[in-house]
Amino acid sequence: MSATLRLALLLLAVAVCQGYQSNDIDEEDELVYEPSKYGSLWPLPQKVRVSEVSFKLPSASFKIVDAKESSAGPSCSLLQNAYRRYYEYMFGSVRKPGYVKSRAAGPSEISELQVWITSADSECDSYPSLTSDESYELTVDQPNAVLKASKVWGALRGLETFSQLVYEDAYGAKNINSTTISDFPRFAHRGILLDTSRHFLPIKVILANLEAMAMNKFNVFHWHIVDDPSFPYLSRTFPQLSQQGAYHPYTHVYTPADVKMIIEFARLRGIRVIPEFDTPGHTQSWGKGQKDLLTPCYSGTTPSGTFGPVNPILNTTYSFMRQLFSEISSVFPDAYVHLGGDEVDFSCWRSNPDIQNFMEQQGFGQDYSKLESFYIQKLLDIVTTTQKGYMIWQEVFDNGVKLKPDTLIHVWKGNQQQYKDEMANITSAGYHTLLSTPWYLNRISYGQDWQGVYRADPQDFKGTEAQKKLVIGGEACLWGEYVDATNLTPRLWPRASAVAERLWSAKEVTDISDAYSRLSMHRCRLVERGIPAEPLFTSFCPHEYKGV
Amino acid sequence: TTLLLLAVAVCQGYQSNDIDEEDELVYEPSKYGSLWPLPQKVRVSEVSFKLPSASFKIVDAKESSAGPSCSLLQNAYRRYYEYMFGSVRKPGYVKSRAAGPSEISELQVWITSADSECDSYPSLTSDESYELTVDQPNAVLKASKVWGALRGLETFSQLVYEDAYGAKNINSTTISDFPRFAHRGILLDTSRHFLPIKVILANLEAMAMNKFNVFHWHIVDDPSFPYLSRTFPQLSQQGAYHPYTHVYTPADVKMIIEFARLRGIRVIPEFDTPGHTQSWGKGQKDLLTPCYSGTTPSGTFGPVNPILNTTYSFMRQLFSEISSVFPDAYVHLGGDEVDFSCWRSNPDIQNFMEQQGFGQDYSKLESFYIQKLLDIVTTTQKGYMIWQEVFDNGVKLKPDTVVHVWMGNRVEEEMQNVTEAGYTTILSSPWYLDYISYGQDWQKYYKVEPLSFKGTEAQKKLVIGGEACLWGEYVDATNLTPRLWPRASAVAERLWSAKEVTDISDAYSRLSMHRCRLVERGIPAEPLFTSFCPHEYKGV
Repeated sequence: MSATLRLALLLLAVAVCQGYQSNDIDEEDELVYEPSKYGSLWPLPQKVRVSEVSFKLPSASFKIVDAKESSAGPSCSLLQNAYRRYYEYMFGSVRKPGYVKSRAAGPSEISELQVWITSADSECDSYPSLTSDESYELTVDQPNAVLKASKVWGALRGLETFSQLVYEDAYGAKNINSTTISDFPRFAHRGILLDTSRHFLPIKVILANLEAMAMNKFNVFHWHIVDDPSFPYLSRTFPQLSQQGAYHPYTHVYTPADVKMIIEFARLRGIRVIPEFDTPGHTQSWGKGQKDLLTPCYSGTTPSGTFGPVNPILNTTYSFMRQLFSEISSVFPDAYVHLGGDEVDFSCWRSNPDIQNFMEQQGFGQDYSKLESFYIQKLLDIVTTTQKGYMIWQEVFDNGVKLKPDTLIHVWKGNQQQYKDEMANITSAGYHTLLSTPWYLNRISYGQDWQGVYRADPQDFKGTEAQKKLVIGGEACLWGEYVDATNLTPRLWPRASAVAERLWSAKEVTDISDAYSRLSMHRCRLVERGIPAEPLFTSFCPHEYKGV
Repeated sequence: TTLLLLAVAVCQGYQSNDIDEEDELVYEPSKYGSLWPLPQKVRVSEVSFKLPSASFKIVDAKESSAGPSCSLLQNAYRRYYEYMFGSVRKPGYVKSRAAGPSEISELQVWITSADSECDSYPSLTSDESYELTVDQPNAVLKASKVWGALRGLETFSQLVYEDAYGAKNINSTTISDFPRFAHRGILLDTSRHFLPIKVILANLEAMAMNKFNVFHWHIVDDPSFPYLSRTFPQLSQQGAYHPYTHVYTPADVKMIIEFARLRGIRVIPEFDTPGHTQSWGKGQKDLLTPCYSGTTPSGTFGPVNPILNTTYSFMRQLFSEISSVFPDAYVHLGGDEVDFSCWRSNPDIQNFMEQQGFGQDYSKLESFYIQKLLDIVTTTQKGYMIWQEVFDNGVKLKPDTVVHVWMGNRVEEEMQNVTEAGYTTILSSPWYLDYISYGQDWQKYYKVEPLSFKGTEAQKKLVIGGEACLWGEYVDATNLTPRLWPRASAVAERLWSAKEVTDISDAYSRLSMHRCRLVERGIPAEPLFTSFCPHEYKGV
């Protein structure tokens, strides 16, 4: 590495963690900060060659432009929007724009990044999907930097990478090294679950976290939108659901316009929005606005006044679900919807004499998981008619429900051995799966827990190559019991960044010291871009967070 | 019924995806509404009055010894008016009118002592007691000093609630209140991560809302030295993370102290020596002990070098500056976690040990240093606080020394020993809030009883309070405030309210509402559990 680059990296670098203990603290892994040869790249691209030759970027006049040959032009607002965003990230903090008079690029400067979409269909106006091509190639050299991608999705990822290559020299000037990158994600599904039922999350918080997701190359926002405590989704078909079931019918709901805005904001960043409408459990708030939807629980021979899971024995239940999921399928453009299906408590069903009769009629005996499967089977049929694929929590598979071959099974339970066995079972049955168990980020502990998060690998289970291929990725989950607008963002970042690299970068990228160095710088970059990402350890950022 | 309207969400206690809870508390409105910390004596009646938002006044009582020139109070009136009525969208008619039959239009603040202490600094012996009567025609807040008035204003503001129409109401109430402990502190660490002024000020605001009265400013430590010393500017020039963007200038420090004073909060700086001083060495040559590997200096440094005269003349000058910059009667001198290995490696230190007849007992050398330091600080007319090791090592202390207990093991034994020796003490061991875990850990902090150790009544009296500590390894401007609040609020009630206030369900109810109040006032206090606030936090 050149002396200039090394100097520049040092200047960008966060503090050397000296490893002294404060008042009585016993650390786990004390990592010493040393600049990585990959600078602040996060997640690490698949193939990177950074040379020692560095170029200046003229802040005021630097341009991000469509390459002449590109299939996306000025009418592609997704890209135009991204150019503006990344210009701002790279040069927004420059105090005074220098002279902007037109001039030839100096011998050691790069004045343009050309973005070249090579496929005839850029997909500029489409929604991203599970099969979207996110690969790109980036060449930083004179006279211009060139970013080549088949589709706009790869261009978005490449713009983020390009912005991560830019660093400040000792004089505050923006520099970039001659670099060649060829990149693509290891897994196609890289998600974050946010829970807007246990605490309502203002739109602003959701948008900020979509921004942060894009900075980490996440591509799925799993929106756990409703659950027991509240129903903030304003349904056009059943407005009483949020009218009665939200924490507040006006201040704590997502209107159709809100949802549309979130989906578009996400699309512009190559992020899919997959809503979860979890049934038949986790539905207490649904019952407030929809009479007879939930099962009345009995104590002895009389109704106790409390309610259990969705009532699976009434026709009205299924006609309600048909209408609701018909609406959902048109409101949410993604090809998948998450149907939940986790943690169904059987005690209420068991207490109800009508349910007991139904069980007998159906010949289910005392096996209430059969009743659950009965319900889920009917629900899956309903959702299938809306032309959507579905994701479900692992219990649905465990209970032997018949699933469509393209079902995605979401693994969340158990200890390390248990979830590995589960992944093996699911894939040996031929289903696609994604992992969340090691990535329940709502669970916190003292110290650098990102390291444990970083070390988990979704393909680390016993199985054939074919089985491993059925693993489409994973999701970091931040359940809502203990987070709301006050603390969600710093609790999620940069801990979720550890998941981001595991899901994007090559399997072999496991050097924890190198990760510590890059992640420290990455988190300072998040902070500089306005995301309150918490510190990894004793350190400082050149630009500290400006909020409280 | 009115209290119900203020209430935050009923926590339904359902489990999310895989979570095993500890204590599932069910939210039920407390008869004490949202009062936090709970005053010593409260009587709330069912009679309620309206408060006319636009015309409501907080005024000096005619008999009060503090008048319009007391800017501490005038400032506080404005602040509390804003807290109580700031969210009211449109001011109603402000035309002068007689108070309606069921309204209270004025809070009169009456300082009864001839010296209101308006222009003084709060101290360990400040009188924070007050009496509050809310009844027609006016509410009256009586306090001997301004410090009690500040506490009473906070309490008054906590009695105000919104009815179903958004109107502000208050119930007829009588309160007589005073703190159980005189020293109720928060430690923030600005060395491991630099904290922007804005963050410190916001947390001083939150402290006042919780009746905390000490900001223990752990200002420097190993990683960085952000204090800009007039006498030794090279300390921060070399030792701060950045000499301009990551330092506290004299003006910053002054502003923080005044901001705190206006809220009845003392600022006690900690300059921890002889350990925890790596950053000092960068700007002050020969201050730290050179470590040796074998017979040659290794290039690394250990604690302050206790055998050089230059060390003590440096300390004399530095603490002379500190004593004038920080007005509080106490300074915290640290003295914790001294690592002897570097001293042991150094031949000059070895010789000195021999000369002094210390043998191989390096704690004697530590005591030698501390003793000299204490003498220096004594000449600056300051009292001092020290971490418990200094007492444990048998250093001779002035009788008014405050011994700060922080170690996690044998806490009660330590409190017993310290008080038996006749020293005053404060407790932090159970309140290291930098240690986080999943769930409602505030309950653990709340259940602590600082006087549970064995000892006489006289010994118990020597416990002057405690501090919640938020060490800085894992917190900075991005996450400090929500990590501290409302967890520190649990400590606040333990230190202010009567010993008998231990009902955890009642606390859960009041604390839930209190945290929503903090949020409404702009403090990003994190949630206790599944819930909502009428006004959610507006930031990210």
